[in-house]
Amino acid sequence: MKRLVILGAGTGGTVMANLLRKRLRRADWAITVVDRDNEHYYQPGFLFVPFGFYAKKDIVKPRSKFLPRGVEFIVAEIDRINPAANEVVFQDGSNLPYDFLIVATGAEIVPSETPGMLDGWRNTIFDFYTPDGATALAEKLKNFPGGTIVVHINETPIKCPVAPLEFAFFCDWCLVRHHKRDKIELVYVTPLPGAFTKPVASKALGSLLEEKRVRMVTDFNAERIDAAARKLVGYDGREVPYDLLVTVPTNMGSEMIERSGMGNEFRFLPTDPNTLRSKKYENIFAIGDATDLLSSKAGSVAHFQSEILAENVERAIAGKPLAEEFDGHANCFVETGRGKAILIDFNYEVEPLPGRFPFPVIGPMPLLKPSRINHLGKLAFRWIYWNMMLKGRPIPFIPNRMKMAGKKRPAPAPGKTK
Amino acid sequence: MPQRLLGTVTVDVDAEGFMTDFSQWTREVATAIAKEEGIAELTPVHWKVIEFMHKEFQEIGQVPSIRKLNKSGVISTKELYDLFPGGPAKKAAKIAGMKKPEGCV
Repeated sequence: MKRLVILGAGTGGTVMANLLRKRLRRADWAITVVDRDNEHYYQPGFLFVPFGFYAKKDIVKPRSKFLPRGVEFIVAEIDRINPAANEVVFQDGSNLPYDFLIVATGAEIVPSETPGMLDGWRNTIFDFYTPDGATALAEKLKNFPGGTIVVHINETPIKCPVAPLEFAFFCDWCLVRHHKRDKIELVYVTPLPGAFTKPVASKALGSLLEEKRVRMVTDFNAERIDAAARKLVGYDGREVPYDLLVTVPTNMGSEMIERSGMGNEFRFLPTDPNTLRSKKYENIFAIGDATDLLSSKAGSVAHFQSEILAENVERAIAGKPLAEEFDGHANCFVETGRGKAILIDFNYEVEPLPGRFPFPVIGPMPLLKPSRINHLGKLAFRWIYWNMMLKGRPIPFIPNRMKMAGKKRPAPAPGKTK
Repeated sequence: MPQRLLGTVTVDVDAEGFMTDFSQWTREVATAIAKEEGIAELTPVHWKVIEFMHKEFQEIGQVPSIRKLNKSGVISTKELYDLFPGGPAKKAAKIAGMKKPEGCV
């Protein structure tokens, strides 16, 4: 009997357990999934917690509930992977041998990477990337008297790169509804040169920030935070004062990856961008946020990778060449407040463009434009996540590889040649 | 493909002035780009950064992040900002004759 081990039972790990249990014969292959706890959070829901739309209990379920029969689930802290011996070592010293390994340990916030950030932690500095952080922020916002709220991205890459934008839009919307918008200044601080990495979406999202009177501070890299004086201090000497700092701290992979000596400078696993195999080890694969790929760190990406990865694990087992199929496809709803959302669909090569989705002309969802139906799509997504996506079922009309149909490239500006 | 005359050499560049053909890069070209970026003189520490970036790109195929430069012990992030004022990642890559660092989306 051979063993496939999956580290992490988040979005990617859970989908892989479901897909591979169907593909690998039970008589030949045992599948073991390891995680440090049995709480699966619907991470897109974190954004809604600070504004009271969801509470923590609305977005959590047991991880074990989404793993199929015939898969062993171990709750334990992993010390490290020992790739030379093909084994996972637990913190209690015991070990688990594997024939094939899938790393799905995700990414996490690391506030200690920025000097001073922890000084004001959950006092005047908050995150919304953890269940506790989002819950504490909800309390803080409820009693916030007024002043300057700074929404801050410390360093890229981050999970769900559009989440801080959504936070700013929601903040504006809530303040308007409570007639407090005039008492509060909103500032958006980013290390990027604009609202987003790619030009067309950056322009669309940047003008939305402007429309909602959110001041943007771009190309800002925080050297430290002076929590006592309540200000961000940049490497270039610029300072941004705040009364409440909502930050997305540096995102990194699991510490276990670093202890294993397998990560890059962000503890992400060097992974082939098209086959999803480790660049170094033939029997190790990776999915989702744990990889060092340039695709977005988002659940939709793990979903689009999952079918391709399942195919490649099967091919690797059979000794066949791998499919170089993954194209970096991501698909994200961006909440813009006031009951509307933007939808973006893109990959390694094609930036988010305007158009209709999933079908040309009829849509029904418009791309890169706020609309009510996109917002309803985002709300419906929680159900789709628990009931379809984690089980590895395809989502109707949304292929793993991105389609150009329905997308419109903007006309080049006059005078510019391509 | 736009071209530019830098010093005595003509090189291919993209719309933002990043070189597209690394084989055209020379130390003279680097000095000329640096001047345009407001760096009057490339000191030995500048060159150390540029050489590290070249080595990384050869080995890994990616322009190294600021975090990587800091972590490798080549230079602290603070010094990097002093050496390449404004946007060190972009500026250093441009002077080193490399493509614009790809941000994740």
